[in-house]
Amino acid sequence: MSGTQAPALLAEGITSGYTEVPIIRNVSVSVAHGEIVTIIGPNGAGKSTLLKTIFGFLRARTGRVVVDGAEVTGMPPERLVRRGLAFVPQTDNVFGSLSVRENLTMGGFTLGAEMEQRIERVLGLFPLLAPRLRERADRLSGGQRQTLALARALMLDPTVLLLDEPSASLSPVMVESVFSHVAAINGQGTAVLMIEQNARHALAISHRGYVLANGENRLEGPAAELLQSDDVRRLYLGE
Amino acid sequence: MASVADRNLVDRRDGAGSGLAAGTARRLGEAAPWVVLGVLGVWSAVALTEQFVVGIIVGSLYALAAVGLTLIYGIARVSHFAHGDVMMLSAYIGFFAFTGSVAGAGASDVTLPLGLASLPGATERIWLFSFGYGLVLAILIAAVAAVPILLAIDRAVYRPLLSRGASTAIVAVSSLGVAIAVRGVMLLVWGPSGRRYSQGIRDTVELPGLPRIVADQLFILATAAILAMAAYVLLYRTRLGTAMRATADNPDLARASGIDTGSVRRWTWAVAGFLTAVAGCLLALQSQLSPELGFVLLLPIFASAILGGIGSPHGAFIGGLVVGVIGETTVGAGWIGPGYKLAVTFVVLIVVILFRPGGLFGSRS
Repeated sequence: MSGTQAPALLAEGITSGYTEVPIIRNVSVSVAHGEIVTIIGPNGAGKSTLLKTIFGFLRARTGRVVVDGAEVTGMPPERLVRRGLAFVPQTDNVFGSLSVRENLTMGGFTLGAEMEQRIERVLGLFPLLAPRLRERADRLSGGQRQTLALARALMLDPTVLLLDEPSASLSPVMVESVFSHVAAINGQGTAVLMIEQNARHALAISHRGYVLANGENRLEGPAAELLQSDDVRRLYLGE
Repeated sequence: MASVADRNLVDRRDGAGSGLAAGTARRLGEAAPWVVLGVLGVWSAVALTEQFVVGIIVGSLYALAAVGLTLIYGIARVSHFAHGDVMMLSAYIGFFAFTGSVAGAGASDVTLPLGLASLPGATERIWLFSFGYGLVLAILIAAVAAVPILLAIDRAVYRPLLSRGASTAIVAVSSLGVAIAVRGVMLLVWGPSGRRYSQGIRDTVELPGLPRIVADQLFILATAAILAMAAYVLLYRTRLGTAMRATADNPDLARASGIDTGSVRRWTWAVAGFLTAVAGCLLALQSQLSPELGFVLLLPIFASAILGGIGSPHGAFIGGLVVGVIGETTVGAGWIGPGYKLAVTFVVLIVVILFRPGGLFGSRS
């Protein structure tokens, strides 16, 4: 991780939205190799829009997306996964009617002979999935489902993992476990960019953070500093 | 200590049911259609064996077409009202490949000298069947020809509409337009009167413990069974098939997994087209060819797919058999006139849907 290395992910000057009216304007974020970066901000700040634009579900009206030094602006999701990006949506993030194993093989859809090896590796990271390989994904509990969603996204060994509110709608115990999973994934060298409502928890495991408000960059800095910032504490940590 | 979040998890898994009694009642309600259909099925198989067997044969053809219909609905997101007419068009393509005949001026046919029937020995009967290898080849040609035809229709009509954000209703109505256009082509090329693949006498066979059936019907049943098995293997044992189910389940997540959903869509049309075309040819072998028959077929095929749970391939297959058996047994037993065949089928459909809104195999009820 030398200083001259290109960031794992760079999104620069992104303007985007669902209609003519942009939801985010001129937003920039970057993630270095091996880093966990969290974006926090109130509802409607445009966090999800930013993530969907980076991952090609929405077209950026301005700006560019660069993965590991290579420009990927405007690429559709199915091609971006081959460039090292992976995305876990907030809801509907597993194939409910498919078995756990099938979910993993779909996560590794573009793989050839390495499939079994990758499944073994992902199961090594999430051993609780191993006894459930033949079960339908929609029979899993909420926490198990979230784990499977992470496992599916890791099948292609991405450079950067994008997470849309991984702790949303989980019980407190499960929130704990999901964040420890994220930290473990990062421990294997995968960079993570996540957006979270649960700001305190997310920043606690992050290296850096961004605050988004009204569709624009508001603050950025090391996670520990953001946690101490008066603005952040007042606005997003409820203190 | 059960937190609110924990209860939410439990509730989500239990669906809308609250409390043990409601859950049990719901489960009984969902099981009821299975029990009733099962009892009726066994009873009709014993008491009305002949009609039951014919019902299974006709039903196996509905089943093949319904599997195609349900795949198109689930993956390509088209309620395909042109399905019956495409089925009949395929039967006509098979007819043309076999005989080389098209309607000429007046009542006479023009027969081009390129029908498979003119190949040496092509019409020599295989076993007790009423046809030779020529017709088998013609059916194969029709099945292969259905693939580019459906891909072209999708490319020209449905895909442009869907990519412009057209609602499912608009796409469905456009498929009704396609149905009328396809019927027009059949009327234009082959004329309005009915036709048959073969005029010869049909031999019957006796199977141990079963009523006599026409030998051709064994061919129909065997072909349908082989294709259903092939479709099952494709969907549940290959990576393409899994990708097809994944795309039906969650297209955005499929894209996020690196699946080219456009290509999956095209494969779906191809597979559905092949199955539907064979079903059309076999149906023509069982009864006859007529341009108007396509629309008549559409209703039981839709009923089959919905009964089984639209989007579910094995549901569509079982649904086809149920619809076939209900139609043949109620009419065959002489309880009501043949004109009410479809009415009875739809009454059963409505009753099943009332108990299980998602159909027999529907996942989202």
